[in-house]
Amino acid sequence: MHIVVCIKQVPDSAQIRVHPVTNTIMRQGVPTIINPYDLFALEQALQVRDHHGGEVTVLTMGPPMAEESLRKALTYGADRAILLTDRHFAGSDTLATSFALSQAIAKIGNSFGSPDIVFTGKQTIDGDTAQVGPGIAKRLDLVQLTYVAKVTSIDLRTRAITVERRSEGGTHVLKSELPCLITMLEGSNAIRRGSLDDALRAARSEIVKWNAVEAGIEDITKCGLRGSPTVVKRVFAPTPREQKAVQIDTVEKAVQDVANELVTSIFAHQPALEHELSSTRSVSR
Amino acid sequence: MGTRKSKAPPPAQARASMKKDLPEQFRDYRHVWVFMELERGHVHPVSFELLGEGRRLADQLGVQLAGIILGPPGDSTLHAAAEAFAYGADLVYLVEEPLLTDYRNEPFANALTDLVITHKPEILLLGATTLGRDLAGSVATTLLTGLTADCTGLDVDEDGSLAATRPTFGGSLLCTIYTLNCRPQMATVRPRVMRMPQRSNKPIGRVIRHDWRMLEEDIVTKVVGFLSDDRSGNANLAYADVVVAGGLGLSNAENLLLIKDLALTIGGDYGCSRPLVQKGWMPADRQIGQTGKTIRPKLYIAAGISGAVQHRVGVEGADLIVAINTDPHAPIFDFAHVGVVTDAVSFLPALTEAFTRRLAPANRLRLVN
Ligand SMILES: Cc1cc2nc3c(=O)[nH]c(=O)nc-3n(C[C@H](O)[C@H](O)[C@H](O)COP(=O)(O)OP(=O)(O)OC[C@H]3O[C@@H](n4cnc5c(N)ncnc54)[C@H](O)[C@@H]3O)c2cc1C
Repeated sequence: MHIVVCIKQVPDSAQIRVHPVTNTIMRQGVPTIINPYDLFALEQALQVRDHHGGEVTVLTMGPPMAEESLRKALTYGADRAILLTDRHFAGSDTLATSFALSQAIAKIGNSFGSPDIVFTGKQTIDGDTAQVGPGIAKRLDLVQLTYVAKVTSIDLRTRAITVERRSEGGTHVLKSELPCLITMLEGSNAIRRGSLDDALRAARSEIVKWNAVEAGIEDITKCGLRGSPTVVKRVFAPTPREQKAVQIDTVEKAVQDVANELVTSIFAHQPALEHELSSTRSVSR
Repeated sequence: MGTRKSKAPPPAQARASMKKDLPEQFRDYRHVWVFMELERGHVHPVSFELLGEGRRLADQLGVQLAGIILGPPGDSTLHAAAEAFAYGADLVYLVEEPLLTDYRNEPFANALTDLVITHKPEILLLGATTLGRDLAGSVATTLLTGLTADCTGLDVDEDGSLAATRPTFGGSLLCTIYTLNCRPQMATVRPRVMRMPQRSNKPIGRVIRHDWRMLEEDIVTKVVGFLSDDRSGNANLAYADVVVAGGLGLSNAENLLLIKDLALTIGGDYGCSRPLVQKGWMPADRQIGQTGKTIRPKLYIAAGISGAVQHRVGVEGADLIVAINTDPHAPIFDFAHVGVVTDAVSFLPALTEAFTRRLAPANRLRLVN
C-alpha cells in the first residue's frame, strides 16, 4: 500500500502581526509550522500504513525552506519526503497549486508506485480555502472524501474503504473504493511523537527535490500566477469601529447593581429583544 | 465585440492594466446563480442568505437571478423552488434525479458542471458548508475557473467583474479577489456571514428542468449511514438569536456551567473560544470564530474572551456584542458595543439573576393568560 500525504508549511498565524501603517504582514521572526490539519492527515496515513503495511510519502510544494517541514514529517515516521520547489510556482492560487501537486503525485506514482490513498488536511490555516484537496482529486480523477473524521476500515482485497465524514448537522458513513483522496478533520487522532529511530533516519535522509520539469510538468503556463484564474486586487486591514464600547461603571458598586445596569443597557440597545427573550425563555424551560 | 447589452461599456481607465478582453467563449455567460443546498429535504438557510446577495448583484448587473436545485423528484425539490422564488430568484434550474437524494460528490459535481456548461452563468455562489466546499472545489477545477472561498463581501465592479472580499492570514487582513478571464466567477460564503433577506410571497416563477442522467453503477461512493447531531442538541448555534460564550478567562471547565446557566435562563445557546476546545472543555462544534462557527445573533455575550481576530471574524455580525473582561485593554472592547470590566466568574451569576428578575414579570403574565 502506498500513501501520499500533502502537507504545507505555514506561518504560525497566531503570531502574525500587521504593520499598523503599511497594512502589510510582518513576517520577520514569525515561526513556521506544518499546517495543523495536515498533521492529522499524516497521523491517519501512518496508522493505515502500520496496520496494512506499505509506505508513506510526504509531499510539499513551497520554497526551499519548506524542507524543514518535510524533515519533521520524517521524524513522525513518514518513509519518504519530496519537495516540489520552483520559482515558476510563485503566486499559485488553488487551481494552479492543485495542478502542480497532482502532476507531482502522478510522477511519484511512476517512480515509487501508484498511490492507493492521497491524504491532505481539511484546509490550511493561512489560505483556509479547503479547495486544494478537491482540486487534486479532480485532476487525478480520484474519488474524493472530504472532512473525514475517521477512516473506519480498509479492505485491501476488495479495495473497499469506509469513512466517517462530517456533514452539516451530522456524520455520514461513506463506503467507497481505492484509490481515493481524503481530507482529514482536526482532532481525529492524537499525533504521535515519532520514535528515536525515526528521528535518526530523518536526520540522515535525503529529501528529494523536484523542480517543475523534474516533476513532469510540461505546460508551465498552468502554474504560478499565469495558471491562476484568480487575481488578488487589494489587501487591506478591517476597518476599526469608530465607536468605542459603552462601559458600565463598576467602581464602588455592588455586583448585583452592575448586573442590573448591564441588563438595562442591553434592552435599551435592543428593545424588541426583551419581549422575545421573555417568550423564548418560557419555551426553553 | 460581444459586450453585454445591459451595461454601458466600461470607462476607459477601468483597470485596463489588469483586465484583458474576456475570451470569446465566455462572452455570452450571463446571470447570477445560487446553489440551493438541500439537507435531508430542507433548504440550508445559507442558500437564502446567498439569494439575498445574489439578488443585489443581479440587480447591479441588470441580469436575472437563478436558484439551482439538484435533488430527488418529489416535494422537497418543489418546495425548495418555491422558497427560491420567495427569496428573490427569477428562475430555477431544476435537476430531478433519484440518485441525487443524499449528497455525494460524483453525481452532484457532474450535474452542476453540466448545468453550467449548458446554461452559462457569469457568477455562481455556494454556501461554504462541508457540502458546498466539497462541491465547489470539484466544479471549479473541472471548469478551470476561479473560486474564492469564504467570502465576507461580494460586489460588482464598474466593469461588471465580481469583487469577492475574504479574510486572509487568519483574519488579520482582508483581500479582494477577481476572476478576470474565466467564467463563471465562483465564490463560497459561510453561513451567517450575510444577512437573511426578507421573505416575500412572490408567486411561482419559471422552472427550467435540466435533463441529466448518470448511472448508479458509475458512482463509486455509497452512503451507508447517517448519525444526526440532534442527540447532542447543538445543531443550531449558528442560528441562535442569543449566544453566551466563554473563553480562557473562565479559568476552568467547571466555570463553564456559569455560561450554560445564563444561556439557558435567557433561552439562548452557548459557545466558546478555541483554546477551550483544544483543552477538551467543550466539543469542537461549539467553537466560534474563523475555524469554528460564524454566528449572527441579536445578542452576543462574551465572558473572559480576549477578542483575537480569529474570534472576532466569527461574531462581528452580531447586533449587540457585550464583553465581560478583567482587562480594560482587551481587544474585544474594540468591537464590543457594551463592556463591563470585571471578573466574569463572580459577575455571571449576578447577571443570570438580573435577567431572571427582569424577565420574570412577563413570564408570570404568560402563565396567567
Ligand atoms: C489558525 C487559527 C485559527 C483560530 N481560530 C479561532 C477561532 O475560530 N475561534 C477562536 O476563538 N480563536 C481562534 N484562534 C485562537 C485565537 O487566536 C485566540 O488564541 C483565542 O481566541 C483566544 O481565546 P481566549 O480569548 O479565550 O483566551 P485568551 O486570549 O487567553 O484571553 C483570555 C481573556 O480573558 C480575560 N480574563 C482573564 N481572567 C478573567 C476573569 N476572571 N474574568 C473576565 N475576564 C478574564 C483576559 O483579560 C483575556 O482577555 C485561532 C488561532 C489560529 C492560529
